[in-house]
Amino acid sequence: MARMKFLCDADRCIECNACVTACKNEHEVPWGINRRRVVTLRDGEPGERSVSMACMHCTDAPCAAVCPVNCFYTTADAVVLHNKDLCIGCGYCFYACPFGAPQYPKLGNFGSRGKMDKCTFCAGGPEADGSKEEYEKYGANRLAEGKLPLCAEMCSTKSLLAGDSDVIAQIYKERVSKRGYGSGAWGWQTAYRESIST
Amino acid sequence: MAKLTSRIRTIFGVLALTLLLACTATLAPHPVSAQQVNPTEDSVKEQQLLDQLRVIRGRGTIPDVTSYTIEHPAGRDWRQFRTVTLKWIGAVTILGMLAVLIVFYLIRGRIPIEEGRSGRTVVRFNGFERFVHWTTAAAFIVLAITGLNITFGRILFVSSAGSETFSTWSQWAKYAHNFISFAFTLGVLLMFLIWIAGNFPTKADFQWLARAGGLFGKTRGEHPPAWRFNAGQKLLYWAVVFGGIAMIVTGYMLLFPFWGGLTVGNMELALIFHAIVGMLFIALILAHIYLGTVGMEGALESMVDGTVDCNWAKEHHPLWFKEQLEGRPQDTAGGRPLATPAE
Repeated sequence: MARMKFLCDADRCIECNACVTACKNEHEVPWGINRRRVVTLRDGEPGERSVSMACMHCTDAPCAAVCPVNCFYTTADAVVLHNKDLCIGCGYCFYACPFGAPQYPKLGNFGSRGKMDKCTFCAGGPEADGSKEEYEKYGANRLAEGKLPLCAEMCSTKSLLAGDSDVIAQIYKERVSKRGYGSGAWGWQTAYRESIST
Repeated sequence: MAKLTSRIRTIFGVLALTLLLACTATLAPHPVSAQQVNPTEDSVKEQQLLDQLRVIRGRGTIPDVTSYTIEHPAGRDWRQFRTVTLKWIGAVTILGMLAVLIVFYLIRGRIPIEEGRSGRTVVRFNGFERFVHWTTAAAFIVLAITGLNITFGRILFVSSAGSETFSTWSQWAKYAHNFISFAFTLGVLLMFLIWIAGNFPTKADFQWLARAGGLFGKTRGEHPPAWRFNAGQKLLYWAVVFGGIAMIVTGYMLLFPFWGGLTVGNMELALIFHAIVGMLFIALILAHIYLGTVGMEGALESMVDGTVDCNWAKEHHPLWFKEQLEGRPQDTAGGRPLATPAE
């Protein structure tokens, strides 16, 4: 089985936010929730870079480790998913997540956050693949249809890569060797305890 | 002339060769000579940012400012605390306290009223005091159980109760924890106000502490002196006041996430503090419950109907009992007038 990962090539990202829009539209993500967002570092200064960030589907995911009701599970493709029927909205996954991926539909005061929502790597949830219930809770299940996450598919500069770890790492390596520079695979060290040697 | 031409040719040849060699020599390590500018030379570096600030924040375009933080590896430390450290702290303090209490009970047994019951009683806690005590106590028990559920529920009950049942219970437990906190807050504040007068240290407290409250003596007349509250009760009072305030402050930080500029890092710290103080608090209250019920004859009724047997009062709070008998607080050595007589 594949080991699915995201890789944002920050040297290519132009902060067009197409990934964010694609994600919102594909999954009909409610107002206030952003499964993916683009953040610009050192904005307006030399060396500025933009990074598109979402759940990185960590190896040995911290959210799953700290969840008090054990609502997370990892698929055969190493995608970290969760069961909204079990989630109690405690917010602990947000504290443990290094990437700020978990989102909550409500403001969150008095512990009323609602069920956590996050990037599913376009792999839906525990319901039957492609079912109405799955779509309502988690959005589209593109992986079950043999398609990759829409954010990466829509990326105008192919900065955001999504797919099997070995394949996307190879693409990135080739890019770096061809153009002669690369600012690295953002978040990989934190999420997977490995980075791409170029 | 021919000689000169050939010499010039040789010179040119040598010069050309030198130039060519020089050129290749300089070019060899830089095959892409056109690329004079390195676009990543001064670009932001992930590791550098993490080393500097331990967090990577930038500028985003959505209203949710917390999302501008894209990397925050400190969550890893918090995870370690929550999944390993806290479980050990909780298990050791709570099970340790239970073990201590059981051993203490086996050795010391129930502390009796040595002279037996006199049949006459003296008022110890009025209705309002008892109301405040039980409000806080009930709130504390709910908070303790629902709090422990967050730490230990998953390893203890998910497999036996089933995910769905446990999740439903935890959902309600979470709401109970969040909302009953207000009753607890009120209770702690009222306790602070109504009992502060009797909880300042006095000379008698040092004698009481020096003899460990007489907890380990078995013979008659071993009870050390005490006013209305002995040194142990005073320590409990201040632990409840300060521990309670610590729990309340950190708890509200978590109940109102990101308010007043709270960051994820602040809330992680608040949770660590809340959890550790909570575990110690539970252990402390276990000891309090033990001494108030099975551990000591004649103690529980002071909080049930508000009165205690005169012999109990004489043994455990001799200075206070004397004060009560005289009907009026005496301004004697170490005495504290409770109110100015209206005469």
